[in-house]
Amino acid sequence: MDSEPPGDGSPPATRTLLLWCPDWPITAALREHSLEADAALALMAKGEVFACSPAARQDGVRRGLRVREAQARCPHLICLPYDPDLDQRSFEPVTAAVEAILPGVQVLRPGLCAVRAKGPSRYYGSEEKLASVVFTTLAAIGLADVRIGIADGLFAAEQAARVAEETDDADAPLCIIPPGRSPWFLSTFPLDVLDQPKLAVLLRRLGIRSLGDFAALKAADVRNRFGEEGALAHRMASGIDSAAVVPRLPPPQLDSAVDFEPPLVRIDQLAFAFRMSAEAFVGRLRGAGLVCTVLRVVLSSDSGEVSERTWQHPRWFDADDVVDRVRWQLQGGRNADSGLSSGITRVHVDPVTVEDLGDHADGLWGTGPDESVHHGLARIQSMLGHGAVLTAIIAGGRLLADRRVYIPWGDAPPGSAGTLPRDRNLPWPGRLPGPVPATVFAEPVPAVVVDAAGNGVDVDGRGVLSADPAFFSAGRNAGPRWPVQSWAGPWPITERWWDPAGRVLNRFQLVDPSGSAWLFLLEDHRWWAEATYD
Amino acid sequence: MTPPAAGALEQDEPSFSGSGASGPRLMTTPSPAVLPVDLQQRINQMQTSRLDSKRLPTVPALARILPGGGLQSGGSYSVRNSAALAMALLAGPSAQGAWCGVVGLPEFSVEAAREFGINLDRLILVPAPGAQWLTVTAALVDVVSVVLTRAPEHLAPTDTARLKARLRQRGAAMITLGSWQQSDSTLGVAESAWEGLGSGRGHLRARRMKITATHPSGRSRHAYLWLADLQHGLRDPAGGHLPASDGTPVSSDGGDPLFWPTLMNS
Repeated sequence: MDSEPPGDGSPPATRTLLLWCPDWPITAALREHSLEADAALALMAKGEVFACSPAARQDGVRRGLRVREAQARCPHLICLPYDPDLDQRSFEPVTAAVEAILPGVQVLRPGLCAVRAKGPSRYYGSEEKLASVVFTTLAAIGLADVRIGIADGLFAAEQAARVAEETDDADAPLCIIPPGRSPWFLSTFPLDVLDQPKLAVLLRRLGIRSLGDFAALKAADVRNRFGEEGALAHRMASGIDSAAVVPRLPPPQLDSAVDFEPPLVRIDQLAFAFRMSAEAFVGRLRGAGLVCTVLRVVLSSDSGEVSERTWQHPRWFDADDVVDRVRWQLQGGRNADSGLSSGITRVHVDPVTVEDLGDHADGLWGTGPDESVHHGLARIQSMLGHGAVLTAIIAGGRLLADRRVYIPWGDAPPGSAGTLPRDRNLPWPGRLPGPVPATVFAEPVPAVVVDAAGNGVDVDGRGVLSADPAFFSAGRNAGPRWPVQSWAGPWPITERWWDPAGRVLNRFQLVDPSGSAWLFLLEDHRWWAEATYD
Repeated sequence: MTPPAAGALEQDEPSFSGSGASGPRLMTTPSPAVLPVDLQQRINQMQTSRLDSKRLPTVPALARILPGGGLQSGGSYSVRNSAALAMALLAGPSAQGAWCGVVGLPEFSVEAAREFGINLDRLILVPAPGAQWLTVTAALVDVVSVVLTRAPEHLAPTDTARLKARLRQRGAAMITLGSWQQSDSTLGVAESAWEGLGSGRGHLRARRMKITATHPSGRSRHAYLWLADLQHGLRDPAGGHLPASDGTPVSSDGGDPLFWPTLMNS
């Protein structure tokens, strides 16, 4: 056979190693759903069989059959929907394993990848040794059914890998076509392997039955008659397909982890030690043209505890923010100089959501007013802690303290996802009528209310007041007693009477002679000041 | 025209009459240590402390009694005894889209703030600044237009002066609950009466207030108004909607309705 490339001085075909995992969708689905390797499985797409396992194939299930017919041929057939993303996802570890031993892997599609063979084969000694290294590596990650073809050019290597399936022994399905012999190897293949049905039919009508016959035609004639596509097919058939192996770029590692040996026990030490990594982390993101808006911080401690938390940011994280989040997560409400229960051995930050840097760039004339607000508040947060700077929303509830919900600055409000536990638009029987008091004590203040004779005022089980309130005082150290000018109550509030944690209260409004009004609660025979209208 | 309650007003304000640099006090020979403080206060009273060019939007009922016709950016105001009054001062700027900050007031009721028309999306709360009150307040002054706070009891005069300079530089206004040295105006509720509550019946509906604004020089202005005037003041400045109540306020002198928002200069 003529091994000379016909005519034009195109670059010689690249020596290529092609790795093929047959029935990859089936392999991926078997692994994903942890099925037996010999289960009869069919993957369905649009109501037809897309791929089937060898066991199903033995029972006569073929690609393109309708679901019902496939089930009729193989009653114990397991039908699953075909998921292309699963293929991609599960092939990723295979690519990573091959990349660990060979540089520059091109993934043609899940289950099929190509590597330039020249350099690696010289490194490992020979092409057979190279192939055996690949087999060993993939066997180590649990992938047994792999075929390898090595030839000049992608097309020839793919055909070689498919031949390896049929010829060789089961241990190492390998087919190596020596350099320069690819045209000879390809010459006996039928035209269908070109995957150009129209061209194949036409050539067959012209009396051309194999790739060898097709390759014997002059390249210029083929181009004239069949155009660019035909010329490409001709080059593939001649074994000089010059499609280069384009190695993929491994995705950049955006996360960052630091191990501490010996473990660090002080928060300020840790924050200091992590600062450089945080800057490198943000710098790497910046280099990729990204900013991180949601961050996950994982802290591992000496005693084996793992603390994991996802932090959000109103804008995007810079290095100081990352260090702050690590510190706050460690602090958990304690002071900055307090010690930890056990030493921290590892800090791992992982960008959960990244966005394009261009969407977050500063304007030409500086940033807007809201951004300066954010910067100022972030400064206060780094002084006092994440939960010290708050915004508020109003929720539903009967007691005034229940109705305000504080949200740390930067966190998403719980109401945005419709998850607010108490909707303020619900009726809430027992809530306060009239104007809302301007001062609601964070903790109810102890109070005393007495009648004209100086006896304590109380409400009995039927909600009847023992006597009209005449004097009151509020405050811890029972200040001066004020006369009650006017009052109203008791207004009963019964919260979750079926629940032991529920509360039974009575509410009163009192006005003193100076004209300021108070809201009092009577719970369990004790008086509290809930709020004041000052 | 001096309102009859002016004398009572003076008694209401021990902080003013005690620390104010009134004439007779300077006439007496003070000790050398006291003189610089008094002198400084006197200088502060005479020089204008704020930029007159910029005025923050204010509820009209209060704008009339405040010096300069409203909250001035760079000014500091103190409110003696009423959180509601402080909220009414915040409401004007907040309704116009300004950011507001509340420092050191864990009992601040956000629900009442919303009734006053304060935009909760632009309201920042720092309920527990702890020992770093000054740093936090100064940092907040940098970024928001109005800061409401309660000053710590012991604050060095230099810190006060620095905070005041920061306010002037940033064009923010500060409202303190309680006393504050060198405030441009001290507001307070001098008289208050509630309606709607009997003995054991009804509920609180409406509040009449006499609000005084005292200038450091001693001049004071006051206004009679309803709580609702503060809450809806921005929407309906001319009033005309007294809250529905059974006991309608009646005029007492000269046919002028007493509890109408009126302005009297003393």
